[in-house]
Amino acid sequence: MNSLGKTLLRFWNSSIGKKLIVAITGLMLVGFLLGHMAGNLLIFQGREDLNDYAEFLHHMLHGWGIWFARIGILGAFVLHIVATVSLVQQNRAARDSRYSCDATVQAPTSSRIMIWSGLTVIAFVIFHIFHFTVRLDPDLAAMKDPSDPARHDVYGMVIAGFQNPLVVLFYIVAISLLCSHLSHGIASVFQTLGLRTVKTRVAIRNLGLGIAVLLWIGFLSIPFLVAVGALEEPATPAAASAPVIEAAKS
Amino acid sequence: MNLTLKVWRQSSPNATGRIETYEAKNIPSEASFLEMLDIVNEGIIESGGDPIHFDHDCREGICGACSLAINGVPHSKESGITTCQVHMRKFREGDTIWIEPFRARAFPVIKDLIVDRSAFDRIIAAGGFIDVRTGSAPEANAIPIGKEDADTSFDAATCIGCGACVAACKNASAMLFVGAKAAHLNILPQGHTEKDHRVLAMVRQMDAEGFGNCTNQYECEAVCPKEISADVISKLNRDYAAAAVREAVAD
Ligand code: HEM
Ligand code: SF4
Ligand code: FES
Repeated sequence: MNSLGKTLLRFWNSSIGKKLIVAITGLMLVGFLLGHMAGNLLIFQGREDLNDYAEFLHHMLHGWGIWFARIGILGAFVLHIVATVSLVQQNRAARDSRYSCDATVQAPTSSRIMIWSGLTVIAFVIFHIFHFTVRLDPDLAAMKDPSDPARHDVYGMVIAGFQNPLVVLFYIVAISLLCSHLSHGIASVFQTLGLRTVKTRVAIRNLGLGIAVLLWIGFLSIPFLVAVGALEEPATPAAASAPVIEAAKS
Repeated sequence: MNLTLKVWRQSSPNATGRIETYEAKNIPSEASFLEMLDIVNEGIIESGGDPIHFDHDCREGICGACSLAINGVPHSKESGITTCQVHMRKFREGDTIWIEPFRARAFPVIKDLIVDRSAFDRIIAAGGFIDVRTGSAPEANAIPIGKEDADTSFDAATCIGCGACVAACKNASAMLFVGAKAAHLNILPQGHTEKDHRVLAMVRQMDAEGFGNCTNQYECEAVCPKEISADVISKLNRDYAAAAVREAVAD
C-alpha cells in the first residue's frame, strides 16, 4: 500500500481519527436534516409550493442534482454507522467487567443510548424511504397534483400517509429518538473537533439542544397539524376549522 | 459506626472474583475510609483470614496510588478528592458500601482491589516528556511564559495519574489522563517543539493498551480528584487532528 493509503488507514484505526469521521459525517447529516425540515415546512404554504419544491428537487442539474445529494447523504450515513458500530464494539471490549454497583455521575441518558437511538433511525429511514420515496403503497404512488396532473402530489401524499395512526406513532418515536441523539451529538461534535473550550462550552451545549428542539418541533408539527385537520383542502388558513378526514383521500 | 461492606475479592489476576460481605463494626466516624479498611483487615487477620488488598501510599491526596470504586464511583461521590481523603463521617450508621477495583480491560486486577496501572507509564514513556540536556537546572525565568499559559499548563499538570477517569468512563477511555499529560507539555514553549510527535505517540500507545474511545459524556471530569476539565480532551482532539494532517502531508 502507498504511504497515503497507510496514513489514512492509520487514521481510521485510531480512536480519535474514527471519532473525527463520526463527527464530520454527523454534522453533514445534521445539515441534511435542517434542509429537509425547511423543505417539509413548505407544506404550510400549501399544495402548490410544496409540489413546486419537490419538482425542483427532481429536476435540479437536469435530474442529476438529487442523485448527487442522495449519494452524498448515503455515503455519510454509511460511514457514520460503520464507524460508530466499530467504536461501540471497541468500547464494550475496553470495559470488559462491569461494576456490581453501577453508578452514573453526570452523563445524560441521551448520551448513553446513542447506539439505540441511532439504530432506530436506521429502521425509520428504511421505512420512510419505502413510504414516501419509493412509494410501495400504490394509492400513494398514484396521487397526482390536481392543478398539474403530470406531476406527483407530494402534498396530498403526506396528508394521506399520516392518516395511519401506526405510521404517525412510529414517526413520533423515531423523530424523538433522533432528537435525543442530536441533543448529545451536536454538542459532542464540537468537542471531537476540538472547538469546545471554557469560553464556548455553554454556548455549544445550548446550540446543540436548540437545534435538536427545533428539528423536533419542525418535523413533528406536520403530523400534528394533519391530525388536528389544519392541513385540509383548501390549504388556506381558513381551512383550519374545516372538518377532517374526507380530503385526505382526494 | 456499624456498616456492611460488599467487597470485591479476587485471589489472583486469572482467578474469578466475587463480591463478599463484611460487617465493619465500631468504626470511629473520624476515621478515614482507608483506616476503616485497616480496622476491618485487622479483624480478618486476627481470625486467620486473608486481608483485603488495596493500593495506598501518601494518604494525603497527592500520590495517586489509592484507587477503589466506592458505591460505583471512583474515589467516592465526593468531588475533588481521592479515596484516601474520604472520611467515614460522610456515611451513615448502617450503610451498605460497595467497594470494587477500578474496572477496565487495560487495568487488569492483580489482587482484590489492586489493579495494574502500568499502561499509564507506557503512555508517558511513549511521549509524555520533553527532551532536555540533563545537568544543572536552567535559569527558571530564561524563557518567559504568559500567565494564562502557565496557569492552564499547571492545571493540567496537577494530574496524579490515579486512573479514576478510566474507571469512571463507560468506555474505560484514558482521554482525560492523556489529554492532561499532553496539554501540560504542549502548552509550554519547552514542550512545543515535540508537540506533534508527542500527541501521535501517546494516542497510539493509548489505543494499543486497549483503552476505549471517548464518547464525550464527561464522567471522567466529574470524578477526577484534581478536577481536571474535559477541555484538555478537546485540546487533545485538536492537537491530534493537526498532527495527523501534518504527518500525512509531510513525508
Ligand atoms: C440522521 C441521522 C443521524 C445524525 C444526524 C447523527 C448525528 C450524530 C452526531 C452529530 C453525533 C456526534 C458525533 C461526535 O461525537 O462527535 C453522533 C454520534 C453517534 N451516532 Fe449518530 N447520527 C445519525 C444516525 C446514526 C445512526 C443510524 C447510528 C447507528 C448506528 C448512529 C450512531 C451513533 C453513535 C453510536 C454515536 C456516538 C459515537 C461516539 O460518541 O463514539 N447515528 N451522531
Ligand atoms: S486526569 Fe484526574 S482522574 Fe485521570 S488520572 Fe489524572 S488525576 Fe486521576
Ligand atoms: S494514597 Fe496517595 S493519593 Fe491517595
